[in-house]
Amino acid sequence: MNTELLGTVATYLLTLVIAIPLGIYLAKVFAGEKVWTDFLKPIENGIYKLSGINIKEQMNWKQHMKALMTVNLVWLVYGFFMLLFQDKLPLNPDANPAMTPDLAFNTVISFVANCNLQHYSGESGASYFIQHFVFMFLQFVSAATGIAAAVVFFKAFRDKTTNALGNFWEFFVKAITRLLLPLSLVVALILAFNGTPSSYAGKDQFISLQGDTVNVSRGPAAAFVAIKHLGTNGGGWFGANSAHPLENPSYLTNTVELIAQVIIPIAMVIAFGYFIRRKKLAWTIFGVMTIGMLMLLIPMMSSELGGNPAIAKMGVSQLTGAMEGKEVRFGPAISAYWSTVTTIISTGSVNSMHDSTMPMSGTWQLLGMMINSFYGGCGVGLLNYFIYLIIAVFISGLMVGRTPEFLGHKVEAREIKIAALITLLSPFMILAGTAIAAYVFTTHGDAAWAVQPKAWLNNPGFHGFSEMLYEITSSNANNGSGFEGLGDNNMFWNVTTGIIILLGRFLPIIGPVAIAGLLATKKFIPESAGTLKTDTKTFAIMTMAVILVLNALSYFPALALGPLAEYFTLFN
Amino acid sequence: MKKYLIQSIRLTVVLIILLCVAYPLFVAFAGGFAKGKGGGEKVLRNGKVVGYALLGQSFTKPQYFWGRPSAVNYNAAGSAGSNKGPSNAEYLAVVQGRVDTLLKYNPSLKKTDIPADMVTASGSGLDPDISVDGAIIQIKRVAAYRKLDERTVAKLIVENTQHPFLGMFGPSKVNVLALNVALDDLKK
Repeated sequence: MNTELLGTVATYLLTLVIAIPLGIYLAKVFAGEKVWTDFLKPIENGIYKLSGINIKEQMNWKQHMKALMTVNLVWLVYGFFMLLFQDKLPLNPDANPAMTPDLAFNTVISFVANCNLQHYSGESGASYFIQHFVFMFLQFVSAATGIAAAVVFFKAFRDKTTNALGNFWEFFVKAITRLLLPLSLVVALILAFNGTPSSYAGKDQFISLQGDTVNVSRGPAAAFVAIKHLGTNGGGWFGANSAHPLENPSYLTNTVELIAQVIIPIAMVIAFGYFIRRKKLAWTIFGVMTIGMLMLLIPMMSSELGGNPAIAKMGVSQLTGAMEGKEVRFGPAISAYWSTVTTIISTGSVNSMHDSTMPMSGTWQLLGMMINSFYGGCGVGLLNYFIYLIIAVFISGLMVGRTPEFLGHKVEAREIKIAALITLLSPFMILAGTAIAAYVFTTHGDAAWAVQPKAWLNNPGFHGFSEMLYEITSSNANNGSGFEGLGDNNMFWNVTTGIIILLGRFLPIIGPVAIAGLLATKKFIPESAGTLKTDTKTFAIMTMAVILVLNALSYFPALALGPLAEYFTLFN
Repeated sequence: MKKYLIQSIRLTVVLIILLCVAYPLFVAFAGGFAKGKGGGEKVLRNGKVVGYALLGQSFTKPQYFWGRPSAVNYNAAGSAGSNKGPSNAEYLAVVQGRVDTLLKYNPSLKKTDIPADMVTASGSGLDPDISVDGAIIQIKRVAAYRKLDERTVAKLIVENTQHPFLGMFGPSKVNVLALNVALDDLKK
């Protein structure tokens, strides 16, 4: 095995070594059991006190969602106005201008929703103040929001029949103090000592060895890059994201950033099983997710390592694989692994440019975001997976002719309706959104936006279509990566993707929490011989089948028009 | 609802102090003890800053080793990749042009010796490294322009090759700036 593949395997194994104990720890933290980080309690109590919060107050699922929506609304308003007045705020050594209203609208939604789609460029579009007080702040709290929502969902299945699902603020604050902040400190320090800048010094200038004058953007990036990955946010400090040598200086930091983004999504699955005392269920879910990940990773790696056939025709040696948009210090193998995890877990940070990856890699990246639940984002990945699981429970129930049940609660019409609506939401937004974009592109090419529709695309033909499909898919999945060639800072893309991100964030949180909340209030039915077991291999296969069939039916035509068509052209 | 709103605002203020002031200030303080004092490690030659260790820079003169093509011409204040798709004809013509340029400046070179990283743009436009093969194919040219022995130049590449992490993980590479600084230092 060569050193690039060995590095990839080692990265994944190391991820598991950290994520599994972390999951067990999280289950204890949120269940209020004794853990070694209890020395932080006074800080938490201080936060509650200053905020006027009484964590003994129990909430039902509706109150949880009200609290969640209210606090998110506060952040939206706060962030929007900060962005509009960026030029008048402090800590702006490079004198970056204010954002336009449509860009501010898109950007604040994108960060509140844990998406981090960036229609600005880090070096010239955001001051240090905005990067820290808006973006980094939102990276912490949006991740904590997802985790808190997942814990509410855990709570619903821990007790037999209950309406009291704990206190939202407690889950939210603990997600920060016991998980995100301590881990961010560790990752930020590793980055700072391996080359990522951490000081507030502004732009620098030097004369290069052969005599060119070069300006260098810098800034306190280390703290930001840490939470960007731990919180599966993905927004870059610099325009080139984690391909930038200061944001991701070496193979070591690359490994750390990769591990940082995957540990919490995996830990949440493990925590679920330990929290509700059904470990086997968690391992079954983990198994399905891991197989799903491998189904995307292996073909993506093989297509990147294979190189570009059009460049092979020129006679150039592609020993290591396709190199356009990639960095030498990482190489195509770990770049393909990064592309896989960043699309399945909704981070959306990149260490290579997805626009330049091979057509089949584009297919797998898109599918990862369409499915959006192989591990999935911080907290929300499990919620997305739960929707597929409920559909699988329902279909299995119909197949064996019984009322479907999940963990001792009957799944009835109301729950299935919610699950069906959430399932339909993604294809509706992705397909309708892409269709509108393609329509505007073809019929209103001269519209007077900042970037005219006819100049949107950086690549002609099928690949151009993929650029639009990717942008919409990434928004809906709250992923935030892009086929960055797309000229997206204009009225159309800012508004459309802003709305899609907002709906694609909050409905898939409210839906599963609502289902869980409704199930929790129903009578508990003890397990019997007739119960459909959800922690068996058969049911795992069933869930996988549901995921594959639903997504294939929804997206195959769109994929055929974009990356698949490009693949057949290129390899013909 | 109103209660949640007030709690939300107060909590937001408290968390801003913790997450946007305390946390990054601590990281900045600790980072001050790192190489480059948290502002990025600089490369000095004769007491003058000639670049950042981690940032690639443009080398176009034939007596220097060249780095990878860059979509932004190594602008360290505006990083980006080319974002060109693999089947884009215009893009493929650009790649062909790079192959031709390499062959022109390195006449003894065979096409099959050119590694892909030397004719494709990096993701950041600031890639500081090239593959070892990418350096080896330039030995003849650099040695000829500098009137040096090829073996001396080849030795510099060996000295400046960074091996996989812990000898096991990731690719080998050559930092172009470090190599060129070493080259300039030879003349003394």
